[in-house]
Amino acid sequence: MNDFLRRLLYLPEQASTIARDVDTLHYFVIGITMVGAAGVFAAALWWSIRYRARSFDARSITPRVQAGLAVEGGLLAFLVVLFIVFWVIGFGQYLRMRIPPRDAMVIYVTGKQWMWKFAYPEGKQTISTLVVPANRDVQLVMTSRDVIHSFYVPAFRVKQDVLPGRYYTMWFRATRPGTYRIFCAEYCGLSHSAMWGDVVALEADAYQRWLEGEPLENFVQLQPGPPMARVATDLGPDLPDYPPGIAEASPPRSMADWGREVAALKGCLACHTLDGQPHIGPTWRNLWYRETTLADGRVLIADEAYLTRSMMDPMLELVQGYAPVMPTYQGLLEPAEVGAILELIRTISEPLPTPARPPEPLVRPPLAPGSPDRVDPARALDFIRETSERVAP
Amino acid sequence: MNVAVPKLQHHFEDIPKQAHAARLGMWLFLGSEALFFSGLFTFYAGYRAHHPEIFRLGVAHNDLVLGTVNTFILLTGSLLISLALWALRAGHRTLAVLLTACTALAGVVYLVVKGAEWGRHMSEGIFPGGRGDFFVENPEPAWAVFYTAYYGITGFHAIHVTVGVCILGWTAWWMHRERVGPAAAYKLAIVSLYWHFVDIVWLFLWPLFYLLRNPA
Amino acid sequence: MKNYLNAETTIWSWLSTKDHKRIGVMFLVSVTLFLLVGGIFALILRLEHLTPGPTIVSPNMYNQLFTLHGVVMVWLFLIPAIPAGFGNFFLPIMLGAKDVAFPRLNLASLYIFWVGALVMIYGILDRAADTGWTFYPPYTSVTYTKATPVLLGVFILGWSTIITGVNFITTIHTLRAKGMRFMDMPLFAWALYGASIIQLIGTPVLGLILLMIVMDHGFDWGLFDPARGGDPLIFQHIFWFYSHPAVYIMILPPMGVVSEVVATMAHKNPLSYKAIAYSTFGIAFVGFLTWGHHMFTSGMSEFNAGIFGILSMSVAVFSAIKVFTWTGTLYKGSVWIRTPLVYVFSFLFLFIFGGMTGVAVAATSLDVHWHDTYFVVAHFHFIMVGASLTAFLAALHYWWPKITGRMYFEGWGVAGAILVLLGFVGTFFPLFLVGNGGMPRRYYHYSEQFQALNVLATAGSWVLALGLLLILVTLIWSLYAGEKAPPNPWHSRSYEWMTPSPPPKENFPETPHFVRGPYDYHLPLEPP
Repeated sequence: MNDFLRRLLYLPEQASTIARDVDTLHYFVIGITMVGAAGVFAAALWWSIRYRARSFDARSITPRVQAGLAVEGGLLAFLVVLFIVFWVIGFGQYLRMRIPPRDAMVIYVTGKQWMWKFAYPEGKQTISTLVVPANRDVQLVMTSRDVIHSFYVPAFRVKQDVLPGRYYTMWFRATRPGTYRIFCAEYCGLSHSAMWGDVVALEADAYQRWLEGEPLENFVQLQPGPPMARVATDLGPDLPDYPPGIAEASPPRSMADWGREVAALKGCLACHTLDGQPHIGPTWRNLWYRETTLADGRVLIADEAYLTRSMMDPMLELVQGYAPVMPTYQGLLEPAEVGAILELIRTISEPLPTPARPPEPLVRPPLAPGSPDRVDPARALDFIRETSERVAP
Repeated sequence: MNVAVPKLQHHFEDIPKQAHAARLGMWLFLGSEALFFSGLFTFYAGYRAHHPEIFRLGVAHNDLVLGTVNTFILLTGSLLISLALWALRAGHRTLAVLLTACTALAGVVYLVVKGAEWGRHMSEGIFPGGRGDFFVENPEPAWAVFYTAYYGITGFHAIHVTVGVCILGWTAWWMHRERVGPAAAYKLAIVSLYWHFVDIVWLFLWPLFYLLRNPA
Repeated sequence: MKNYLNAETTIWSWLSTKDHKRIGVMFLVSVTLFLLVGGIFALILRLEHLTPGPTIVSPNMYNQLFTLHGVVMVWLFLIPAIPAGFGNFFLPIMLGAKDVAFPRLNLASLYIFWVGALVMIYGILDRAADTGWTFYPPYTSVTYTKATPVLLGVFILGWSTIITGVNFITTIHTLRAKGMRFMDMPLFAWALYGASIIQLIGTPVLGLILLMIVMDHGFDWGLFDPARGGDPLIFQHIFWFYSHPAVYIMILPPMGVVSEVVATMAHKNPLSYKAIAYSTFGIAFVGFLTWGHHMFTSGMSEFNAGIFGILSMSVAVFSAIKVFTWTGTLYKGSVWIRTPLVYVFSFLFLFIFGGMTGVAVAATSLDVHWHDTYFVVAHFHFIMVGASLTAFLAALHYWWPKITGRMYFEGWGVAGAILVLLGFVGTFFPLFLVGNGGMPRRYYHYSEQFQALNVLATAGSWVLALGLLLILVTLIWSLYAGEKAPPNPWHSRSYEWMTPSPPPKENFPETPHFVRGPYDYHLPLEPP
């Protein structure tokens, strides 16, 4: 019965401990209200037909029918009681959803335009894929880096908005292993609908093995990840095929590999593609030592110095045709990481034609005065001078 | 005295009914204005609840003397306009015109004092939006929201005072030009209602931004 | 015969008119234009959703389109349509008055409406807003799109609404015909009174919060930026304090129309005049206490969530009373099924259905799943289109003879009503299901499993558009070829039918003395 109604109402699978109860209330409320609605409408139709006008005369008279206080009062009372019953059950379930069990394991979540990032107490970090053990209480401690987002897992029937400047908690317990879609459910800008992910619930021992370093694809068939993380996989044949959105735990084979890992981890690949597709920022393919036209009309060569300056003070030399949205990486990249990214860019330059398509305008992330993202250009130049010496070819 | 003013509109039975409608309309409008300022006070209350100590310090940093002077100026203005209404009802048109003009003047003085206060804040490096050197020395985020709220709320009130000054000025001139008599008193009454409202709003702003400065 | 339409015929006589009837007609034409504009935006949105990925517009344009669809429909159609259109035309006549209390302010409200609309249109054509009609910060504070003109346009429109509210309440208090007590007024007047109270109390709060977000967006004041001590949740509280009662502004006047049409077409007194009158005030009052139900997942305390949940359940009871009263009015009536009543059947069906889903979302745990999904979108469209727009169309047909002096074509009227009903259900019922499935709203891309239902919804939108177009065309045609309307084609007892169609400029040939109540169908026409 539960499954029949669930399918009839197009509800997702019930994969958390609260889902089935929420659905039961759903059937109850919708069932009763729809029956009531049908009854009232049927009465309206029936009386309209039964009492249809036989003749039409301005002088015709109808009996004066007034509903007595008893009828009105009775109906009122019935409805109030019925609706309060709905509320009581719903509120009880809401409290269960909101109050995490005492010994729930904690995972930290950050929402940012336009991806979800997860940090596990054991040290792992993932983008877009939340890996949890099935049949265990999991508490998420969440915040946003920029605007309001909302973490929503339809299969679990849970949702929680995340705001910047605050932490929110939410909890769930997946009832069986599987892959469950995460959606962002609060409009957050251009790629709001692309900000999805997956909860991957694993058996307890599989989860333990994943924590210890086994790749996730050993346990579950991974679908292509969301667009932001997916581009991380699109590279030449010599480079390893990274599962979408997962940071590799094993040591990379080359500096360019490492560069790709850094670029994925630090979010560069949210805006820069590696395959030539124009996106939010210029593509890195064929960028190395190419002539680049800046927004103010100047033309220069995209060498190591320029590329490093672009990471540290992007607004200084913005490329023409792109929106001024890149945050600075001042203080967020080790000099060696900068070098690894440069090596990556160098290795993916080939004499291949790239398709031309005008980039789309974009949102500016909030850069509050005093925020670390607002860099003092003078300090940036010092840093650039320092690092340029280290990453010369 | 010009008895053709005010003109009876075709859809009203007589002037008293027309006057009654005008007064009701003004009360309703002021009701909606009360909600506007209530929203602003809610804003203030919400942020003060978030940052009680810094808001208290911010209030203490405001000039109590200037704030109180402004209270006195607006209250005097309300007194003057009430006297103007009495004068017009008693048939003393010239006195009514004079008193109305003085009320407008009181409003102007208020605006000058308020402007001086703002000027002083700006010279200390306090600008809306958390801009200015003051916020570099006091980087706590709550300072920014306190002063932005201060500029915003006193700013909206000042806009209302300015509108009031203009209406008062125009009313004084109209009473003089049309040589109105007591029958037109209701028009002055509804203008004075607006002015009293502006005054009452200030009576809420005064404690919120000048008086609530002592530790609880 | 001289009537308000041909009393003077120059354009200047229309632009400088103080006649509430002409002002009402100009509002009706204006809101219909914006209904079409908002409708076109909606059609493009639905076309985009024929496929899960990109179809005909870019993501950026999609985000702007759903924002503008909401803004235009809410503030340029739903809020003013029945009050400023039909309310302006009929309130004085129903009260036996010659005009509203403040005719010049009334004209000003029309011009302010147009100024607000033009500022908004400028914003739309420049770099439009992509924030959603709810303008949440921090996103609205930082978006590169030109939100400021759109926001200021809405702010200016608020003034038009406030003026209308002041005018209607004052008119009801001071210009009723001799001997007409409050309980003798037609129920449409009560509906306008309730909506006007909400307009007066709620709109200023919207105005102030929009000014706040304009300061944030335009001057980077950081009022809602946590890094500068701000709090995005305060925006949500203040915004919804207005915007929830706003939906009652959008439904009370339509309910007033339904009260009138049902009583007239059933040729019978309403089952309980007092129930409808008092429940109007119940909705207006309790409606102000329920705003938090838009924020169950925003992180407010469980205690608050509980209070808002109970209050939200309560407000539904008042609407239910009205539904029972209208239905019961048909009992033992002499029911004449014509286009206005067909629309009322549509209204009843869709309002009850949509209203019940409203009760469902007030159950807090259910709302956690449904919040910000297409379930909510379907719910509010059932009410705003299924109820409000349907009642607007009912009013249009019901009062068409009185306003224009012509009868509409009955066959086409029913055809239009049926097309609109079918198209509407075809568009929005599937959206309840995709919402249940978890499809969030404001989504450019969506998961493939939702495609079939989305295609169905798009097909429905074409049927709906066809129906509305049919109505527009046949109504305009009736202006030329419709039969001349008698003063009282519906044999109604309500007061607007006691004067010629169209009415003379002064509303009544002589000062009216109403010898019967507006719903005294149990008494003969004239006293012996």
